[in-house]
Amino acid sequence: MTIVNFNHADIGYNRHPVLRDVSFTVKTGEVCCLLGTNGCGKTTIIRSLLGILPLKGGSIQLHDKALHLWNTTELAQTVAYVPQAHDGPFAFSVLDMVMMGRCTHLKLFSQPGVKDRALAMELLLMLDIAHLAKRQYPSLSGGERQLVLIARALIQQPTLLIMDEPAASLDFGHQITLLERIRTLKKEGMTVLMSTHHPMHAKAVADKVVLVAKDQPIQQGSINDMLSAKRLTTLYGVQESDIRNHLGLDI
Amino acid sequence: MMMSKTIGVVSLLLLMSMFLALTAGKYPLSLGQINELIFSSHLSSDPRLSIVFWQIRLPRMLAAILVGASLSAAGTAYQGMFRNPLVSPDILGVSAGAGLGASAAILLGLPMLFIQAFAFTGGITVVVLVCVIAKFTRRQDPVLSLVLIGIAIGTLCGAGISLIKVFADPYIELPSITFWLLGGLNSITLDDIAIAMPLILIGLLPLFLLRWRMNLSSLPDDEAKAIGVNVTRLRIIFIISATLITACTVSIAGIIGWVGLVVPHICRTLIGANNQQLLPLSMAVGAILLLFTDTIARSVGTVELPLGIITALIGAPFFLILLMRRERL
Repeated sequence: MTIVNFNHADIGYNRHPVLRDVSFTVKTGEVCCLLGTNGCGKTTIIRSLLGILPLKGGSIQLHDKALHLWNTTELAQTVAYVPQAHDGPFAFSVLDMVMMGRCTHLKLFSQPGVKDRALAMELLLMLDIAHLAKRQYPSLSGGERQLVLIARALIQQPTLLIMDEPAASLDFGHQITLLERIRTLKKEGMTVLMSTHHPMHAKAVADKVVLVAKDQPIQQGSINDMLSAKRLTTLYGVQESDIRNHLGLDI
Repeated sequence: MMMSKTIGVVSLLLLMSMFLALTAGKYPLSLGQINELIFSSHLSSDPRLSIVFWQIRLPRMLAAILVGASLSAAGTAYQGMFRNPLVSPDILGVSAGAGLGASAAILLGLPMLFIQAFAFTGGITVVVLVCVIAKFTRRQDPVLSLVLIGIAIGTLCGAGISLIKVFADPYIELPSITFWLLGGLNSITLDDIAIAMPLILIGLLPLFLLRWRMNLSSLPDDEAKAIGVNVTRLRIIFIISATLITACTVSIAGIIGWVGLVVPHICRTLIGANNQQLLPLSMAVGAILLLFTDTIARSVGTVELPLGIITALIGAPFFLILLMRRERL
């Protein structure tokens, strides 16, 4: 079943169209990676799917319903967003950070209760960071923060998880941990749409790859089709031999 | 500090400061005398006792609690909402805006209710101005630009207040405006409190009920929206509530600085940033701080000191110490 369907969508900011004629789909249980250079529009695609950026043309269907027909609460119960790990202005505890994700399931004047707390602890355990529950979020390493933000997204109980370059600022060890957690989520049936800079990350977790490039048509396909040295050469504007040497791939 | 221990210590300090506020001063009252004044039906042998208690001490104690708790609640809300630990009603210029409105109302000789309405109009105009100008300075550091815009608008309002002082009657209106602007609880009556209290409670109620969502308003807009928060609606509720509270306190007590900035910081170091606990604790600590400072203001020296001077003397160095500790605010 198709969860996300970009149908000839034109996306951009005010008078600056970033991408035109974006068409791709994400199916239930798939991990789909957006791959492209800096500033090519990966984050723009994500922001449009979150309903933050209105479309300039075409349409986006979410669960077969046009995206503009979803209200903020419904959307947050279906789609959860994991931003790049950041440094907030206040030192909330990890548990407090995760419980913020319960907002969409609570009434306006309600506050999270025992059940919400139990759910948060369950997710922290699943992501192997339960020992950090009482720590202050800004005191964590980049990798730990990223996992906390994933827990916050999962507590929304979404059917689709969107991640914006989740491994961007992580060291090698934390990148591996993160990719392993994404694999676990995939095994449990979560649908994931993530952007990444690194083709190897796509190869490690993705079922499908979408290549995003400025002024070029969007391409989508299986890992083997999309991660060929030839396509990556065109996408990143580097020598084919360099790609082969660098990635050491049988691609 | 453990939560239960913090609640215990703060409750004890609140009771102590209330007791001090009622008993200490140039005309000391004992607990027995207070007991007699409240519960005994027959008139006290000394009528001065009754006047000191009912007309001076009790209104001042209630006002100190109300103003301290209100300014701290407004400070906590502004800091959370603007994602900026350096803002407060006075730094954002809201107090100065409310002061300008209230000064204009005093100049026109208007009654208390109008002074409050003018103060609220002045305060809300400043917040809206600060928000609008902040939108045009997006390329600057957002934390710093908000503070600087607040200071600039506050200075403008200060100039407006000075202009009003020039036109004010030097024997009637000018002394009243000047002393009132310095901040103080010396002329507050139970009637003033009766007018301000309902409005302050109307402002406090949404802040209190939505205090968990105050946490969410400190997230970046995109994230808050993706979590399912209607950020704009939430921010409008917080701005109107916090400004109403600030304007009401300014209209009864003048401009009392630093409380709204320093108290939330002290409380964050005690129990963390979660507004579920932070807001009530800030209100209690704000009340304690103002009860103590007001008792000092009227007990030390031969002349009563304006409260705003003492809160600045305590608040500013304390804030500098907090900044130098290099901990996250």
